[in-house]
Amino acid sequence: MTRTHRHAGYHAPDARGYYGAYGGRFVPETLIASLDELEKIFRAAQRDSSFKQEYLSLLHSFAGRPTALTFAERLTRHYKRGRIYLKREDLCHTGAHKINNTIGQVLLAKRAGKTRVVAETGAGQHGVATATVAAKLGLECVVFMGQKDCERQKLNVRRMKMLGATVIPVTAGAATLKDATSEAIRNWVTNVGSTFYVLGSVVGPHPYPLIVRTFQSVIGNETRRQLRKLTGRTPSHLVACVGGGSNSIGMFYPFFADKVTMIGVEGGGKGIRTGKHAATLSKGRPGILHGSMSYVLQDDFGQVLEAHSISAGLDYPGVGPEHSYWKDLKRVTYVSVTDRQAVEAAHRLTRLEGIIPALETAHAIAHLESLMPRTRVDDIVVICLSGRGDKDMDSYAAFADAARRKQ
Amino acid sequence: MNRITARLAGLQEKKEKALALFITAGFPNLHDTPSIILEAENGGADLVEIGMPFSDPLADGPVIQHSSARALRNGVTLKHIFRQAGELRRHSEIPIILMGYMNPILSYGLERFLAHAGESGVDGLILPEVPLEETPRFASQIRRHELAQILMVTPTTPLSRQRMIDQASTGFLYCVSATGVTGKRSKHPDFGYVGRVKQRAKKNPVLVGFGIRNREDVRRFSSVSDGVIVGSACIEFLEKNGKRNFGRWVRSLKQA
Ligand SMILES: Cc1ncc(COP(=O)(O)O)c(C=O)c1O
Repeated sequence: MTRTHRHAGYHAPDARGYYGAYGGRFVPETLIASLDELEKIFRAAQRDSSFKQEYLSLLHSFAGRPTALTFAERLTRHYKRGRIYLKREDLCHTGAHKINNTIGQVLLAKRAGKTRVVAETGAGQHGVATATVAAKLGLECVVFMGQKDCERQKLNVRRMKMLGATVIPVTAGAATLKDATSEAIRNWVTNVGSTFYVLGSVVGPHPYPLIVRTFQSVIGNETRRQLRKLTGRTPSHLVACVGGGSNSIGMFYPFFADKVTMIGVEGGGKGIRTGKHAATLSKGRPGILHGSMSYVLQDDFGQVLEAHSISAGLDYPGVGPEHSYWKDLKRVTYVSVTDRQAVEAAHRLTRLEGIIPALETAHAIAHLESLMPRTRVDDIVVICLSGRGDKDMDSYAAFADAARRKQ
Repeated sequence: MNRITARLAGLQEKKEKALALFITAGFPNLHDTPSIILEAENGGADLVEIGMPFSDPLADGPVIQHSSARALRNGVTLKHIFRQAGELRRHSEIPIILMGYMNPILSYGLERFLAHAGESGVDGLILPEVPLEETPRFASQIRRHELAQILMVTPTTPLSRQRMIDQASTGFLYCVSATGVTGKRSKHPDFGYVGRVKQRAKKNPVLVGFGIRNREDVRRFSSVSDGVIVGSACIEFLEKNGKRNFGRWVRSLKQA
């Protein structure tokens, strides 16, 4: 397991799970005992070398780590500025960074003596990663997924079913990630004795954001080593997409104390002035959703708004509490790109580098359009290539069809 | 003395069990709430919890989720809820408890929310997603406005923690009958657990809620506690029958 870093002057979260004013534990009393137990098991596991060994061994022999750090030669030439490197989380088993976390959490579930895991999923990548590790380690797996997401990420629904998971479509609200998360938490409250909740991003009540950050930090730690070997240097810029915020935290956190510019890219949907977007940090206000204090997209009355993004993994009106803290600290800059910009960037990357990215990831790549002209030739920009695009082939085709019909 | 405490003390003196009802504000129609509650009071309800609808009610089962969604479509806001509580207060001395989620409250402004609650005759709050650890953030403000803050214990609450929750709770102690969301009905109701909660609660009366639906539930849970809270079953009754005969149905529960 990756070490928990202690950066000078940065000690978040505190003992109660707060990152500045954000985080905490806003859940029904029924779950408190479970969260206390989870925290205890997690802390014990961090000190236990046999847990660490099992985790690292699964990352290596099952998930395929370390993942490559690829120099994007033609993309770099395209912008004629700083050098661009891609951290290839798309090469992880199951096709995204999500498995770094599910290996860790399902191992914790086993330690806790649980026989059943539940998970929420948006794009289906976290659901697939949970179902995969549950199959490997022999646990029952139930995944909640919004009906709309079941349709736009059909391939992942099939994968989860083949892996032996039960997929429960959620029809409430907008039938997307927010509603799937609410339903997963309700199921957990009801079956708390037998069930472990495998949360897929750096959101939810303490200690989940800390646990997910710890397991995803492998991304940034590997990047540092690999880049030093390739160039002898640390990056000047890190770019990652932000849904709940797990691939970005995994990339950013190990570099927190370095002199590096960090940029998180949110789903801008049809544009952040249209009201149809998922730009929680750009357009939301602090509030409480799914167990922690954080930025939330909400109306004037504090009702949570439906997010809009072509990317099911970014289509969420909340975000991790630590990102909220980093936004206020101005340590990370949060921007957004539109659906269209993301799709265009996906095509650009595919043609120039031979990598079809996930729609979520495509948002990070799209930000290069505004970032690269401002870089210098000796800058090193690392993008977290959080996942591959197989699951999105229908969405890419549908977007192209719609664009053609409009012309 | 706070109306909740006074009412429960009065019942205890008469050796009578309390019947509390939960009604979603603005359901089935925006302006129904005060008349529904008056009807319930005529039927013998002792306390009322008014649910403040939220888009994402984590602690609620399908029945209350749907009633909240419908109330929000009806356009209900905290302003309506305070107006309705005020109207009710002009006609009745029934203790009024607001129950709901934090985000709309924080958005309204906590201090403003508490002030308006106090002014409209509200007596207490139940905030199911604010556990013991998070109560200190809000407790002094809530106390300053002389509102009771009712905390919950559940079957997963350890013994020592239950004592602390009883100490921190004011008005009464809310005993959640089973793990799960509202409306969930435990297949094997654990009256022993409820009895133990009651036995250990040194400070507060104990009211039992979640999944209490009919006369038999009321009778059996009341026999091991100081009373019960009926929520989803009220919403289902109103959904099916409207306000008609609601008072009579409440009376049948009270006389269980
Ligand atoms: C490939 C990929 N990237 C990014 C995300 C967004 O999540 P997070 O912000 O937690 O990394 C998802 C979520 O489904 C994903 O599948």
